[in-house]
Amino acid sequence: MKPPKFDYHAPRSVDEALGLLQRYGGDAKVLAGGQSLMPLLNFRLSRPAALVDLNRIPSLAYITEQDGQVRLGAMTRQRTIEFSPVVKERLPLLREATKLVGHLPIRTRGTIGGSLAHADPSAEYPAVLTALEGEVVARGPKGERVIKAKNLFRTYLTTSLEPDEILVEVRMPAMPAGAGFALEEFARRHGDFAIIGIAAMVVRDGPRCRTARLTTAGAGPVPLRLRAAEEILERDGLTDAAIEAAARRASELVSPDADIHASADYRRHLTGVLTKRALKRALGAARG
Amino acid sequence: MSDQGWIGKSVKRVEDYRLLTGRGTYIDDHPPVANLCHAAIVRSPHPHARILGYDLSAALAMDGVVGAITGADVLKHSKPFSVGVTAPVQYFCAATDKARFVGEPVAVVVARDRYVAEDAADLVQVSYEPLPAVVDPERALEPDAPVLHEAVGSNLANNRRLVYGDPDRAFRDADVVIKERFRFPKYGSTPIETYGVIARWDALDGVCTVWSNFMGPFIMHPLTARVLGLPGNKLRFIVPPDIGGSFGIKSLIYPYMALIALASKLTGVAVKWIEDRHEHLMASSTGTDRVAYRELAAKKDGTILGMRFRWLDNVGGYIRSPEPGCSFRPTGNFVGPYRFQNLEVDASTVMTNKCLTGPNRGYACGHLYFETEGMMDRLADTLGLDPVEVRRRNLIPAAAMPYRTPTGGLYDSGDYPQAFDKALEMAKYGELRREQAKARAAGRYFGIGLALAVDPSVSNMGYVATALDPQFRAKPEYLPKSGAVDSATIKVDPLGRVIAILGTTPQGQGHQTVVSQIVADELGLVPEDVTVVDEMDTFTRVWSISSGTYSSRFGSVGTSAVALAARKLKKKLVEYAAHLMDMPPEQLEFRDGAVRAKQGKGPSYSVKDLAGRAHWNTESLPEGMEPGLQATAVFGFTVAKAVDAEDRVNSSNTYGFIAEVMAVEVDPETAAIKILRYVTVHDAGTIINPMIAEGQIYGGALHGLGGALYEELAYDEDGNLLTGTFMDYLVPTACEAPTIEIAHVVSPSPLTPLGSKGLGESSSMTVPAVIANAVSDALSPLGIRINELPMTPSKLWKAIERAGRSHAAPTAGHPRSRPTTGPPVQ
Repeated sequence: MKPPKFDYHAPRSVDEALGLLQRYGGDAKVLAGGQSLMPLLNFRLSRPAALVDLNRIPSLAYITEQDGQVRLGAMTRQRTIEFSPVVKERLPLLREATKLVGHLPIRTRGTIGGSLAHADPSAEYPAVLTALEGEVVARGPKGERVIKAKNLFRTYLTTSLEPDEILVEVRMPAMPAGAGFALEEFARRHGDFAIIGIAAMVVRDGPRCRTARLTTAGAGPVPLRLRAAEEILERDGLTDAAIEAAARRASELVSPDADIHASADYRRHLTGVLTKRALKRALGAARG
Repeated sequence: MSDQGWIGKSVKRVEDYRLLTGRGTYIDDHPPVANLCHAAIVRSPHPHARILGYDLSAALAMDGVVGAITGADVLKHSKPFSVGVTAPVQYFCAATDKARFVGEPVAVVVARDRYVAEDAADLVQVSYEPLPAVVDPERALEPDAPVLHEAVGSNLANNRRLVYGDPDRAFRDADVVIKERFRFPKYGSTPIETYGVIARWDALDGVCTVWSNFMGPFIMHPLTARVLGLPGNKLRFIVPPDIGGSFGIKSLIYPYMALIALASKLTGVAVKWIEDRHEHLMASSTGTDRVAYRELAAKKDGTILGMRFRWLDNVGGYIRSPEPGCSFRPTGNFVGPYRFQNLEVDASTVMTNKCLTGPNRGYACGHLYFETEGMMDRLADTLGLDPVEVRRRNLIPAAAMPYRTPTGGLYDSGDYPQAFDKALEMAKYGELRREQAKARAAGRYFGIGLALAVDPSVSNMGYVATALDPQFRAKPEYLPKSGAVDSATIKVDPLGRVIAILGTTPQGQGHQTVVSQIVADELGLVPEDVTVVDEMDTFTRVWSISSGTYSSRFGSVGTSAVALAARKLKKKLVEYAAHLMDMPPEQLEFRDGAVRAKQGKGPSYSVKDLAGRAHWNTESLPEGMEPGLQATAVFGFTVAKAVDAEDRVNSSNTYGFIAEVMAVEVDPETAAIKILRYVTVHDAGTIINPMIAEGQIYGGALHGLGGALYEELAYDEDGNLLTGTFMDYLVPTACEAPTIEIAHVVSPSPLTPLGSKGLGESSSMTVPAVIANAVSDALSPLGIRINELPMTPSKLWKAIERAGRSHAAPTAGHPRSRPTTGPPVQ
């Protein structure tokens, strides 16, 4: 379990990193926290000509608030996010999700940019980015572009990032004050990727539901916004009946795959169960 | 201190300082020779394929590559390992004609480092003719199934029908007969340290030295010597100071010891191979998966008259020693803690295209008790009895100890009813049943499970011959086998400090600590005065065929050897002091670290004093006394006898007992199982170090939980491995561990000097049974019975979903009431 030979570069700036990516013409891989890439290399499932290591670029790790958005540098560690006061205040759903990412040593190395660029559909961050309608900033030889969550994830482990682009920043709109939120996950063991996860956010307006957000993890090749289920809540409010109806709708909206851990039927069933649980918990936490 | 003694105290482990600070010396840290080269093993990607040829040219042309060997070299330069059955199975240390499972070694590349070795291994070209594969043991026995070993003619490696008492009559006389089918999964132990081997074949002195984290049994030494064509005194096995866990799995490193030794011989360099985790999951060793058909005959009052077991144990691509222990290891305790006398066992060992098997913590007992304890609950159901009551009516009473089982086991001591009562009392069984009634009334799935087990330790290697036909064993050329032996040497240095030298191969069990406690007690010292050396070396240690640290033998064999060596030495010290004091030895005794007169005041000689005199002045020794202060003892159980003509064998030497109660709740929506209570009571005789004993119980319980809920080495129908990483092969972690309530009952073994028995396998053999019974009880309103493991939430949900369509939600009522027609979970 040793990787095949590769060149290793540790650039000190994003421009230098971009230059290296261009030099290898799509044959280089960007190394962030390494929590997924290193196993892939050691299994020889990925055989890049070079690694471009972003860990020596300090300017890629930050959390700031700007124009109602929280902006996180791509190299911000999950552990930093877990303890960030800005995230706690503005993106409590992201904070909750972070606690469910792997185990402590994984979060100590893992980064938000790496997790999103890796695009594992069972992971927490893609679901949260999708639920909160966030976006990422990609920088390439022609400059920067902003990619919305819904346009980022293409299929399993595949994003719309070009091989010569680097994901440099993650932006999520601050959650409305008083929004209720929950991330319900079912995994066979603590710290595993979710068999199914449901990220939920609800914004109450008296008895009405002004905004509902529901996104899956593990229910298909990309995180899925359960818009038809959200609409039930936005139309009928947050009554038990509406929640039940939304949960039922949620399970109809997904077409998950089977694997060794769970059948497709069980995943579909769990989508409904966890949607209901996430909504009930979100509702309990919501103010307004 | 010695008045109270160190035995029975939770003395802190001396090993932990180095292990917890990362200073242990494992095989990968062990630099026994300079200029080591590194091996990478080329493995079959096919479950079943004929090997047509090899092309090493590209690999050998790589810079840094020293050489390579293939199955052709293995065939030319080594012999197959002898196997424990008469079927003509040729098991070499690598594939020679065909590959029979994914991951089977087919070639070895040796290079200056592991990176280059793996790069070169990628370049080794092996041409294969893929063949159809079979993975299910029942399918493998169908006439049209692909045959793995043409010389055998079918996939049946062995079959024995063992009959004890008169089972046919028992079934004729029965009021009730219960039949069930069970499936037990293939899982291993995944020790935190994988296999590792360093071999140097010295062409000049003809000695092949193999350093490895092998744990014994050292029966593998003569077997390997024969494979390599070496006399025993030219093959040296050495283990490093630390081994990172085994649980039986590392006894199966021996083919790799032979393979790397051959690589060293043929490339002319010292070769190191450290197994990686992917290799470990693919091709190390696991327990068998088993299909079991069980029948139970009983009277209306719950008295069991007899049982029938029909087993198909799947040993994978080749049967290899010590299989078919998967069937016969528990022969002496086939009946568990119950009194019935009539038993028929039909044990088939089947070969399929899965990785190979061997002992895995609780060797075959997890299977045995999962089935038997499941049957006990079925019996309770059928008769409308409480599962406690049905067990009580069949338990062997304390007065019957020592108890000879119909299968030849000799249960040395125990009070099973007392231990069972203790577990029920701790769990507040009656309250749990009331809580269950309430939970059911509220529509919740709450269940209570029980499991009882006789915990056999220290295998008598004679059991392996149960696999052979009695007529075969009766032939004059057949050499009977028996034994359970270990040695220890204790020496006192001129400053009065003690070194104890063991022939054991600890893998984390804390032998150094435990031995220091025993020696300190025997010689009136403190544990810190005793340095304990393990690091087994077949050239320098006293050992025998059955030596090693397996089958929970240290707790009774190793400790006995130590105690006896200390007593021998103590006797010598007393005789020496008597000479110095000019008194008869009978009037002296060893007390508080010194030899003193039994009565009255008088001079005393401390160990330190005696050691100084004995070493510095041999003239002071009495006439005829051997100089030096050392003693070696070899302890062997006399109850370890060869299997008899009626297939009876005392397959272990000491037998403990386990009684467990578990309460669970199953989430009706997600099918997640929550363990609410888990009580485990053990009787392992004298407990030398309670902290270490508890650690073993925790580990055993979690291991059993792995097999029950998480772990399965899974293959698709075509023989492809589905669980090659820890993302798919799920091992429970501390986060999955339930709270474990432990208690002990102490029935000292009359067979060991300290009264101790083994405990290392412990609850690994009961947890699959107790949790399956608890979940079955929880889901009994739906008619669901758990006859197959692991219980994954997905499988369990499917069963709930199916049953939910034909049964109403749980209702209050008799806590054990359940529809009798429900299907078992498949």
